[in-house]
Amino acid sequence: MSETEISNAMPNGHGFISLTQLAERPSSPPQLPEDETQSAKDFKTDQEVRWCPGCGDYAILAAVQGFLPEMRIKRENIVFVSGIGCSSRFPYYMNTYGFHSIHGRAPAIATGLAASRPDLSVWVVTGDGDALSIGGNHLIHTLRRNVNLKILLFNNRIYGLTKGQYSPTSEIGKITKSTPMGSLDAPFNPISLAIGAEATFVARTLDSDRKHLQSVLRAATEHKGTAIVEIYQNCNIFNDGAFEPLKDAAVRDDITIRLEHGQPIIFGADGEKALRRSASGGFEVVPATSADIVVHDAHNPDPSQAFALSRLDSPTFEHTPIGIFRQVARPSYDELMREQMDDAIEREGAGDLTALLGSGDTWRID
Amino acid sequence: MTKPVQQLDRVIIRFAGDSGDGMQLTGDRFTQETASFGNDLSTLPNFPAEIRAPAGTLPGVSSFQLHFADHDILTPGDAPNVLVAMNPAALKANLGDLPRGADLIVNTDEFTKRNLAKVGYATSPLDDGSLNEYHVHALPITSMTVGALKDIAVSKKDAQRAKNMFALGLLSWLYQRPTDATVDFLSRKFAKQPDIMKANVAAFQAGWNYGETTEAFSVSYEVKPATLPPGHYRNITGNMAAAYGLIAASRLSGLPLFLGSYPITPASDILHELSKHKRFGVRTFQAEDEIAGVGAALGAAFGGALGVTTTSGPGMALKGETVGLAVAVELPLIVIDVQRAGPSTGLPTKTEQADLLQALYGRNGEAPVPVVAPQSPSDCFAAAIEAARIAVTYRTPVIMLSDGYLANGSEPWRIPEVSTLPAIDPEFADPADLGPDDSFQPFKRDPRTLARPWAVPGTAGLEHRIGGLEKADGSGNISYDAGNHDLMVRLRQAKIDGIARDIPPLSVDDPGGRAKVLVLGWGSTYGAITAAARRVRKAGGHVAQAHLRHLNPFPANIAEVLRSYDKVIVPEINLGQLALLLRGKYLIDVISYNRVRGLPFKAEELAGVIQDVIDSE
Repeated sequence: MSETEISNAMPNGHGFISLTQLAERPSSPPQLPEDETQSAKDFKTDQEVRWCPGCGDYAILAAVQGFLPEMRIKRENIVFVSGIGCSSRFPYYMNTYGFHSIHGRAPAIATGLAASRPDLSVWVVTGDGDALSIGGNHLIHTLRRNVNLKILLFNNRIYGLTKGQYSPTSEIGKITKSTPMGSLDAPFNPISLAIGAEATFVARTLDSDRKHLQSVLRAATEHKGTAIVEIYQNCNIFNDGAFEPLKDAAVRDDITIRLEHGQPIIFGADGEKALRRSASGGFEVVPATSADIVVHDAHNPDPSQAFALSRLDSPTFEHTPIGIFRQVARPSYDELMREQMDDAIEREGAGDLTALLGSGDTWRID
Repeated sequence: MTKPVQQLDRVIIRFAGDSGDGMQLTGDRFTQETASFGNDLSTLPNFPAEIRAPAGTLPGVSSFQLHFADHDILTPGDAPNVLVAMNPAALKANLGDLPRGADLIVNTDEFTKRNLAKVGYATSPLDDGSLNEYHVHALPITSMTVGALKDIAVSKKDAQRAKNMFALGLLSWLYQRPTDATVDFLSRKFAKQPDIMKANVAAFQAGWNYGETTEAFSVSYEVKPATLPPGHYRNITGNMAAAYGLIAASRLSGLPLFLGSYPITPASDILHELSKHKRFGVRTFQAEDEIAGVGAALGAAFGGALGVTTTSGPGMALKGETVGLAVAVELPLIVIDVQRAGPSTGLPTKTEQADLLQALYGRNGEAPVPVVAPQSPSDCFAAAIEAARIAVTYRTPVIMLSDGYLANGSEPWRIPEVSTLPAIDPEFADPADLGPDDSFQPFKRDPRTLARPWAVPGTAGLEHRIGGLEKADGSGNISYDAGNHDLMVRLRQAKIDGIARDIPPLSVDDPGGRAKVLVLGWGSTYGAITAAARRVRKAGGHVAQAHLRHLNPFPANIAEVLRSYDKVIVPEINLGQLALLLRGKYLIDVISYNRVRGLPFKAEELAGVIQDVIDSE
């Protein structure tokens, strides 16, 4: 038996702070009162933005600052969490709560925050190296758990902040400083990866298409659980023009497939092309006049079609789907956690510390 | 006819058998009986890392040692008075620890040619005279158990498996332990398998009755209850005490508890225990890896939770970067490292104290972290509360260094009155404290503690950004300024150093005040060192003893204490990590005594070390 003293013991009768303030917060992010508004300006900080001139990140920052006020979530209940990389500087420029963390670990850190604070709208800003290389493990587990997070994956297919090495989304054979004879690794397709990891909301958009970007972000904001949005983002220093065909007015309409839930998948400059399921289980491009044109169903619990759509993406950009691939309802991780806590309290009553310490086989010495 | 009862003041029993023989359960039950009888006690479970090592082999031996007494004791005991050996491997693995004249209870049913050959016995030690120095009680425990269960509808295999309960019943009789609690326990444990329950209860009672009637045991023993301070007691392991301490800290601070953890021996039981207590507002998150465990805990702390992660040495290595981030962003975080023998995977189920330097220095940059260490299983409760108090008050990660011995060992614990526990005030930043023209300064420090404000998301007007990049003093904006970095490095260090003003001075136990030799320890060696000091004093020697709860910062008076003695002995279960710190910081050439065997120190060996140093004076 050892007797140890607890330092700073309080005198008897000290009243404990009850588990109140934090435990009793709302179960979803509170909305602005009706008579109040927020503007894009409210979401800007006084910090100088330090991305390279011409970086795609500027457009994304402006788009986020532009659409968030419409969502009417109280600014103080929004948190941006990031890892390391160019995109991960994002939180410093958002006048919300923010946490610039460790390379690859933002989903893990945001998981602890979102799981314990359902009243927050928690956003993860990450890049292709951060999310898919060093942080690949956290990303897939966050997706399968359906933690209530909005993940913005800025994909520029290159390492920017370390000055130009190939990334896990770089095309095979990429010549970079670390791969002078060409890279050997097959790239990840982030949409396929997310669908394979049981993600409930998976979308792709472009830094340069503000309207599309904001429409996807709105849907992501309203999604309960993890929403992952891949944003094709141009790094004009180390990988300029990586997505040029999707931006070039001369060809983009011909190759971009804009996915709309419930609509037939038709594309091409004049809407002349469409998708049909092929015998092999994938898709084939057919004239829009063909029979059996696929109708996009993002809400289908079976992810097969969404996955097949993700495979249309190719290094040559013959046809690249953008929009929401998958959007299905599943309880979020924080909800399930809260349910178990409520259930335990309902069955056994709220915890009583004195009873807990004195539980089990005890005896008294007088 | 009632057999005579002989009084003893203390007994050390070791149960040993195959990993599948239920020795840990047997030991646990005997411990509970002994605890509720009112003895002081201390336990040492010792088991292989493999769940079921090959049956009957030496690596598969699992044992449980229990020391109980009619007075206060400090260790699980050096050498058993009684060894229960359920098979030849258990005998061979443990016989070396058994002093001459000790009692040896052997299950002869397992002493088959095959089992003897497995462990290299050419002849049975039961027949070849090699056990003549011991009081051998050779009993066919398995067949007696099967015989006792012949009227119960269980398979032969299930009947054989109940042999540990027969052994427990016999030992319970031999030491006159109360049995009701064990019968209740078995009834609860096997409530859904009534026949198995009946079999185990019957085996337990058969063991007791055998002791009562056989001529093999002529006396039974009694160890009277210990005269411990008045109070309400229970028996508790270190991991359970740590879990309770964390729940208590959550209550004392009003902060909901969030545990992010990845399973790892010997820390997992803290995760298991906390996951049972959701009605205390406890959230447990079994992460995908060690890094995510600590990351989630830090994220929860940013949101105003009491963020905790639990692990062992290999996991500590993985968590290092996130602990460094917690240092940089100055958020409260509790990291419990239940140390085990290393390096690398090492000996996962064996104890060691070799993570001290990792805890202090295992991060890049100047990243000071307070470190506290519990000194006994039950002390993990108070140590966890102390870790939380420092973490919350100073907005810093705190590392608590438990170890495998504390984690799984147990002792009676005087349950504290909840009202006597220290309150922990999180003092969240309040926008009402800002003037009309003030902007929030997330790194403006409290002048006394140097702690920064803890402003949690959801608080309007305190929106701010934190991160691992160096921040400007006060504003918290990113700063690459050379002078600012130097200032921030020094401020972070000064904040941690300043905790020394807020912890008790190092107290020295030196009855008579004539000692010239001080023995200084930390963590789980407290029991063995204290028992050793008692032995030395009993033999007429003078030795002073002190034990460190806080390893960083050290108590403010430590240099003064060290300099008051001619010689300072520092026993550690590592190669001299505390000794290195003391020599480096205070230029005192302490005598480092080190053994790294995966086991706690024995009181006798430490007494010898202390006596040698005294004699060399």
